[in-house]
Amino acid sequence: MDLRLPSKVLEHIFSFVDSNEDRNSVSLVCKSWFETERLTRKRVFVRNCYAVTPAAVARRFPEMRSLTLKGKPHFADYNLVPDGWGGYAWPWIEAMAEKSPALEELRLKRMVVTDECLEKIAASFKEFKALVLTSCEGFSTDGLAAIAVACRNLRELELRECIVEDLGGDWLSYFPETLTSLVSLDFSCLDSEVKLSDLELLVSRSPNLKSLKLNRDVSLDALGSLLRLAPQLVELGTGSFSDKLDQEAVSKLSQAFTELKELKSLSGLWDVLPEYIPLLYSVCPGLTSLNLSYATVQMPDLVELLSRCSNLQKLWVMDLIEDKGLEAVASSCKELRELRVFPSGADVDETNVALTEQGLVSVSEACPNLESVLYFCAQFTNEALVTIARNRPNLKCVRLCVMEPFAPDHKTQQPLDEGFKAIVEGCKGLQRLSVSGLLTDKAFEYIGTHGKKLRMLSIAFAGDSDLMLHHLLSGCESLNKLEIRDCPFGDTALLENAAKLETMRSLWMSSCGVSFGACKLLSQKMPKLNVEVIDEHPLKTRPDSSPVEKIYIYRTLAGPRLDMPEFVWTIHKNPEIGVSNLAIE
Amino acid sequence: MENVGVCDEFVNLKATELRLGLPGTEDEKQKVSCGKSNKRALPETEKDIESTGKTETASPPKAQIVGWPPVRSYRKNSIQTKKNEAEGQGMYVKVSMDGAPYLRKIDLTMYKQYPELMKSLENMFKFSVGEYFEREGYKGSDFVPTYEDKDGDWMLVGDVPWEMFVSSCKRLRIMKGSEAKGLGCGV
Repeated sequence: MDLRLPSKVLEHIFSFVDSNEDRNSVSLVCKSWFETERLTRKRVFVRNCYAVTPAAVARRFPEMRSLTLKGKPHFADYNLVPDGWGGYAWPWIEAMAEKSPALEELRLKRMVVTDECLEKIAASFKEFKALVLTSCEGFSTDGLAAIAVACRNLRELELRECIVEDLGGDWLSYFPETLTSLVSLDFSCLDSEVKLSDLELLVSRSPNLKSLKLNRDVSLDALGSLLRLAPQLVELGTGSFSDKLDQEAVSKLSQAFTELKELKSLSGLWDVLPEYIPLLYSVCPGLTSLNLSYATVQMPDLVELLSRCSNLQKLWVMDLIEDKGLEAVASSCKELRELRVFPSGADVDETNVALTEQGLVSVSEACPNLESVLYFCAQFTNEALVTIARNRPNLKCVRLCVMEPFAPDHKTQQPLDEGFKAIVEGCKGLQRLSVSGLLTDKAFEYIGTHGKKLRMLSIAFAGDSDLMLHHLLSGCESLNKLEIRDCPFGDTALLENAAKLETMRSLWMSSCGVSFGACKLLSQKMPKLNVEVIDEHPLKTRPDSSPVEKIYIYRTLAGPRLDMPEFVWTIHKNPEIGVSNLAIE
Repeated sequence: MENVGVCDEFVNLKATELRLGLPGTEDEKQKVSCGKSNKRALPETEKDIESTGKTETASPPKAQIVGWPPVRSYRKNSIQTKKNEAEGQGMYVKVSMDGAPYLRKIDLTMYKQYPELMKSLENMFKFSVGEYFEREGYKGSDFVPTYEDKDGDWMLVGDVPWEMFVSSCKRLRIMKGSEAKGLGCGV
């Protein structure tokens, strides 16, 4: 009896399978499922652009409509990856233009995108609808103009924290009058002025506009007129919130805010003056997401604002909130799921000392849905971590940044080993963890023993020896991304756990004790890994024992990449070729 | 474990030692780590550090560890821009006190005159400043409030009219003990 389901039935069933993780599992069941799944997958996620070739992706998923790509390693955010390392969008755009011209959405993160890329997109994808660039660089406002003028069905154009060469604000005027499909526009990272009249015209002919994020340059006055044109907004990123307005203008702006009945998310608020905070009160009860991380607002004003945000789920704020402010959040924002507290000063010694571990403890006590935390703080204690773990076993993401490297528990002077032990032991579903402060190998033994669901781990200035890495690689079963800087260990643990690396997306290690010889060995042992050595100060001769500055190891089906700059070396699988800067076929 | 014990001790010393600036400004002696031969010296710094790590003098050039704290450049730049712009609004200055492990920041525009400022500082750091005399400076206490002015000179707080002080004060330092004597505390 043939038990196979007809492919039409399979297709129908698979159309209900949304998550790519599920689709990946589905495609492993058998050949016919693989075939049917690949022919029906519309949204493709490639989380390391060097793990697979563009051609292979296009070939496997002919019905692809949405492509998400990530380029540089995460630590590139903190300037640890030298410029020119790679992550170029061009090869992907070129390949898709030829093989997947029906592509509608492109989401890129940490990639180098040039004006040429943007022009190619504009010229090649007739049904193009969404361009979302996060932490990308390499393009200018000219490229944006190309997108604006050509993409007739554009729905989303979002530039999140990109570095854009600003050649003037005219690019907005390139959106044709016939373009009425805009749903989301985010140009918050642009420096220069945008012509208000162009913006107003665009907004007024976009009845579906739900999300608008302005850049700093857009004045309060301009904000008022834009809000009146788009009272249907669900997400708003204001411009600068600091011009001096007369009484009439203030009351008009206040009125405009009260008309925003659908508003759920608020951000921007650069330079916000305390006297304008009350303007926001009317939207507070409806907010689920509030980003105050660029607003230099002092604690009392923050308390006034946040005590009105009873439905808040996501809060990003600076340490100006202080412990007292977080207590207010704890009592008012019972729906809180995600909290991020950023430093207001650029350096360790400018940290606001009125924000301590107590703030996070208060929130963990009172907010039952809290799952994700990012917390910059001058110092911490084991006791606080233990309390937090006990309060909130449902935490999924804990990123603690104790600003001073090697800082111990400030009450007991002990390492923070026990505190993090409580976290990994108590929070059984923990998926992402960043540790800091003084930590010995013991901390990592605990993490290896208990962190079974941990997928991403970030470590800096910690540990004593190779054991640290060994505990992690041998213990953390779900480990997918590991990034380490300035930790004192080297080769043994890496080589002993080499097989583990093929089950992970990537491993980054910088300023650790890994030797060149170990890199060579590792590369030769593991055929499906790219072992990249990043060294901006290479020695003339490289003895095996010499330490390498940075290594980036990732699994790949594509082999060594061909676009490496001179400071990146890949270790060849063929020992005769050895190390090369240009991968040879 | 014995090694860890030694390390702890060393760490305790390190943790309680008073110093400004980040690790990496330590002098040679302290760079030798606690017996773990594969523990490297602290990471590359952006600037050359010549400080001896002593706290008595005005803060040494800060050690900048690349990529630390882990804040995106985009955000760092925003803060920087804000700092530059904020010079006019609210006069936040750092206050250090000899012997205290960390600094505070106060907004000078919150005060109208010297006595208010002194009271606030006394509360903040739990000390008392003695009485101010025009000629002899502060008498009756080991603590002397000083400030760094626009020219980079260290001055006694209280000598100039309040408004002039607010506009020229870059940072405050509460000196203690023998160092304070030089500034005319007249004890």
